Amino acid sequence: MISDTLSTRNGFGNGLLRAAEEREDFVVMDADLAKSTRGGWFRDEYPERWFNMGISEQDMFATAAGLASTGRPVFANTFAIFAQRGFDQIRQQIARGKRNVTVVGSHAGVITGQDGASAQAIEDISIYRGLPNMRVFSPADAVEANRLVSVLAEDNDPAYLRLVRDDIPILHDKEYKPKAGTGEVLREGSDVTLIAHGAMVHRALAAAEDLAEQGVSARVINMFCIKPLDSDLVLDAAKKTGAVVTAEDHNVIGGLGSAVAETLSGEQSVTVARVGVNDEFGLTGRPEQLYEHFGLTSVNIAEAAMEVL
Amino acid sequence: MNIVTSTHSPDGKLSDRIGMYREIAPEIRKEIVEMCHAAQSGHPGGSLSAVEYLLWLYGEELQVSPDTLQDHDRDRLVYSKGHACPVLYAVLSHYGLLDADLSKEFRRIGGLPGHSSPKVPGVEFPSGSLGQGLSYANGLAMGADLDGRDYDVYTVLGDGEIQEGNVWEAAMTAGEKDLDTIAIVDRNMKQNDLPVAKTKEIDPVPEKFEAFGWKTFRCDGHNFESIADAFNAVRAVDGPRLIIADTIKGYPISFMEDQPNGYHAGGPSEEELELALAELGFGEEDP
Repeated sequence: MISDTLSTRNGFGNGLLRAAEEREDFVVMDADLAKSTRGGWFRDEYPERWFNMGISEQDMFATAAGLASTGRPVFANTFAIFAQRGFDQIRQQIARGKRNVTVVGSHAGVITGQDGASAQAIEDISIYRGLPNMRVFSPADAVEANRLVSVLAEDNDPAYLRLVRDDIPILHDKEYKPKAGTGEVLREGSDVTLIAHGAMVHRALAAAEDLAEQGVSARVINMFCIKPLDSDLVLDAAKKTGAVVTAEDHNVIGGLGSAVAETLSGEQSVTVARVGVNDEFGLTGRPEQLYEHFGLTSVNIAEAAMEVL
Repeated sequence: MNIVTSTHSPDGKLSDRIGMYREIAPEIRKEIVEMCHAAQSGHPGGSLSAVEYLLWLYGEELQVSPDTLQDHDRDRLVYSKGHACPVLYAVLSHYGLLDADLSKEFRRIGGLPGHSSPKVPGVEFPSGSLGQGLSYANGLAMGADLDGRDYDVYTVLGDGEIQEGNVWEAAMTAGEKDLDTIAIVDRNMKQNDLPVAKTKEIDPVPEKFEAFGWKTFRCDGHNFESIADAFNAVRAVDGPRLIIADTIKGYPISFMEDQPNGYHAGGPSEEELELALAELGFGEEDP
């Protein structure tokens, strides 16, 4: 199934172009980072529906809300870390106003690498998960990011879409259609469940391979929709396997790990381990070096699984 | 102060209308102080400074009616200084756009929120955090351009509010994109703690906006002829336009005007209510 690699930001850029063939209404905004977010790909084809808002994220998100109130879905793109500069506008205008705006946060996580701690959003999921009306998505591959563009343009609720810069393996075929509020079982297993999002999903699959060699059967869930969380899927997996490991390129506080732990807080017989960044800022380095430094490799996931078994 | 002076003799019809607005204004002010008294909270000072231009906007400029509040082509007013919502609710109610028992519902659960939001009929914009309205209005103007619609977009800002950086990001956007938008700054000179000049001076407001590509105008915000003239001048040009409405926070209630913050927030006591109503001309008649 794994045949190629592509970043989720590239999948998103392709998704904008694909969705533009389905519908003519949506608008794309960037804040001087269109080349990096791939909003620039849309700009080159549909310049009349693309706006460069300059280096002013607060302005971009409040403007996006106003524009969305006229009936047009808006994708407002910047780096995940800079979207946070417009948090209050996202809260007051997009979430509270319940506008059809997708806040697109590219270059999220320590995978952003050499730009260092200032550029590595490891708290973004925690921030947006706490906002009423806000949904949170972190696609596992470029196909999922691509298809989510249509999903998010179509439904009317606000969303945060977390993307990564670096190429990661493609896990889905072109027919795949993600559905908001669901998780996806990528591998069946009976001893332990590995739940991951974004660039950690393919690592969870690799960890499951390693575990199989040690005689452990691991179920793998791609939880690309972190809010609303597919709690039925989490509860079912926890009951059937008895042990859960979450894995994410995000702080262990407030992210998928917290969401899963909240869901399982009433389950006495389930053990949960959270693999993630242990409440510290990132640092400069190559992505793979940083994944080793912060304990985010498939080996770390497999070790965590052995501990909760 | 460069107040726009009357350049024409209003015809009888306009002067009749202005006469009517003058009669309504004290009624709106009465509603404001009664609402804040009943809720024992709220923002009377900045509401009292906004009475005349809001009566004018909804009476003369905005194409809205109770039947067209959801129409795509309706004119839109972004009330960014939404803490001062008692005046907005009272004016919306006066024009039949809002059906509510103002004093019983203001700041009560299930009633009229403490900062204006679109949950209230006639309100376009989720306010409460200052500095965001101008950006939102830009989005509305951009939507009009994309859809080929010609509805008007207005924003009302407080003067202290323009200390927020987001206002200047939005001013730059409107100038750069030459958006058709009209903003009013309520220049009542006072903010939450102290006078604006003793907090962080915002002048020269016209020059600042002009540097961002705006055309600016000025009026006496408590004088309907002056407001009418300002809007006449505004309508003669296009692009981003700003009216600085010189007002008095708490006007015309003496003990509110006298405060360093113009009675920014709080519910008038029984005694204060009585005094305020007397100063507004609603006192008990002499025997």
